[in-house]
Amino acid sequence: MVPVVLQEVNKTYHLDAVDVPALVDVSLEIRPDCFTVICGASGSGKTTLLNLIGCLDRPDRGQIVVAGRSVANMSDDELSDFRARQLGFIFQNFNLLPVLSAYENVEYPLVMMRMPAARRRARVLALLDAVGLSDRGQSRPAQLSGGQRQRVAIARALATEPQLVLADEPTANLDSQTGAAIVALMRRMQREHHASFIFSSHDPLVQAEADDVVLIRDGRITHIERATARPALDA
Amino acid sequence: MSTVALALRNLLRNRRRSLTTLLAMIIGLVAVLLFGGYRSNIVHGMETGFVQASGHLQVQHTGFFLEGGDNPAAYGIANYARIIDAVQHDPMLAPMLAVVTPSLQLGGIAGNFSAGVSRTVIASGFVAEERNRMLGWNDYNVHSYARPLPLAGTSADTVVIGMGVARKLQLCGVLHVPECHSEAAAPIPTGGGAPADLIALSRQERGSAPTLAENRIEMLAATARGAPNVASLNVIEARNMGLKAIDDVYLGMHLAQAQRLIYGAAPPQVTSIQIQLQHTGQMPAARARLAELLAREFPGAPLQILDFRTLNPMFGQSIQFMNSMFGFIATLIGVIVLFTIGNTMSTAVVERTVEIGTLRAMGLRRSGIRRLFLWESALLGLIGSAGGVLLALVIAYFINHSGLEWIPPGYSYAYLILVRVWQDPALLFGSMLGLVIVTVVSAWWPANRASRMMIVDALRHV
Repeated sequence: MVPVVLQEVNKTYHLDAVDVPALVDVSLEIRPDCFTVICGASGSGKTTLLNLIGCLDRPDRGQIVVAGRSVANMSDDELSDFRARQLGFIFQNFNLLPVLSAYENVEYPLVMMRMPAARRRARVLALLDAVGLSDRGQSRPAQLSGGQRQRVAIARALATEPQLVLADEPTANLDSQTGAAIVALMRRMQREHHASFIFSSHDPLVQAEADDVVLIRDGRITHIERATARPALDA
Repeated sequence: MSTVALALRNLLRNRRRSLTTLLAMIIGLVAVLLFGGYRSNIVHGMETGFVQASGHLQVQHTGFFLEGGDNPAAYGIANYARIIDAVQHDPMLAPMLAVVTPSLQLGGIAGNFSAGVSRTVIASGFVAEERNRMLGWNDYNVHSYARPLPLAGTSADTVVIGMGVARKLQLCGVLHVPECHSEAAAPIPTGGGAPADLIALSRQERGSAPTLAENRIEMLAATARGAPNVASLNVIEARNMGLKAIDDVYLGMHLAQAQRLIYGAAPPQVTSIQIQLQHTGQMPAARARLAELLAREFPGAPLQILDFRTLNPMFGQSIQFMNSMFGFIATLIGVIVLFTIGNTMSTAVVERTVEIGTLRAMGLRRSGIRRLFLWESALLGLIGSAGGVLLALVIAYFINHSGLEWIPPGYSYAYLILVRVWQDPALLFGSMLGLVIVTVVSAWWPANRASRMMIVDALRHV
């Protein structure tokens, strides 16, 4: 199934008396089981696009189909449930809950899904092991390095086995070495879990790992690169 | 990780702020509980005093309470023995009854004519043994100031008077009345102070008494036919009656003596039948049954039933006053807690805006966010309630064992300052529940605001 289809999507922000078009007539199809990167300069609209795909915001016009479902007419609760089951999020600032341990952070989406405790435990331990943090499960986020926190965030994003994982500049707050390791980890996890990953990123490292690259400028998609062997693109 | 556990962790995250908020709640609850406990002690103490003195219910001749207080002849109940018998043998009333006893109230002039003094008194005639049983009623286990009257088993002319009466009749020395500055007793005057016919009656009555003692007084009252009648009485004790207004006029005597003064050789009557119940809560049922019984057994009899609240308007007025004070204090503290919690929760919402956005992105519904903050507030309320109750109980213990006293307005002796916190479950649990409700209500607006945040705005928050 095609994980995301956007047709003629428009989004305008209203700042006082000024209208700022963030996306203009965006149409896009994300391929399944792919590592897709949305590239663009700051203010180009890539975060807005990611927010719309992630059902965190609604378009002014246009059609968005995620995991086979049109999200335009869903109620807020339906969208919440949909995100909980179908989508995973990785944030630039990791956004882990500071009062929960690494284990509990990964476990939390499964608690929301009311998964039985035994299954929950098995899955959390497997994910922590997969991201190389099996020995840091009881650590709070404040006790972890930036790279470790992002690993926890990746494990959390994959906990519910979503079809689609969205990552907003996931390496922006990491040094290049850690960033490279995180990208490699996400690539591996994407392949192992057969999920579609969509990033917004300036990072050439991320672009180098991508299957598809979507270039966006002034709210319009200017180029889609779907080749497996292609030159790296600068944002 | 349940919502409650997450809420608790969030509270522990900023311990200083949580502790400050808790402290405000605890101090507020302690103030409410201590004042409520003080109010409870006064209300229960007053109720106990009134029920001990006059029972829960009284059967009176219609109009006696409002119009006939000083006219027992016109408002007497002639067939009171039959009424008492009917009440005591009623199968529905009997299990509720503690004491059913007749009483005769009369006004008169008491004189210590050997000292040349006299004063107006309100006398109460009662069956001493039954009155003493009434004085033992203490359903709320309050600190009772009532002691049995020493009339049981004494001769018919034995009486007890208020200390105020004793002072006015210059009986301080013989009755050991404190704070007394009466002059030395003067011989019976031959004229001047008291009317000559009264002095003659006094001499006649005193002459028939078996002994002449310093504690003897005479009481003049009007008979049912309007003629003056005098009884020579033996004052066995002067007692502080609590309220100065009563202490200055009280005279307690045997019912038979009181009836002889008013009715002479005619069939005796009483002015009320006092009914003391096991518990005050039985009053509505007992009253309804009593009304039914009187209507059935004594149709057409001019009788009315009055409860102790009607008979003692001061009780209701005092409760109203205490309730208004309590309501004011509770409202004031409730508003302070409301704003304190509201401010704490609003700050928490602002601080955790990104977290709220993250949780929403992960699929937590608006209601889930709202629930999380409401739980945090409810936990604060529960912990604050528990802390407040514990501290209030400790302070109440020390107050109750401190021996502190005060004289309430209009009273003639000091009362211990006591607070009933533990003994008043309605106050205890009501205040706790009230605090938790206030905390949850105060968190509603911030929690609702948190739940309605735009996810993308929340995630962008710096």
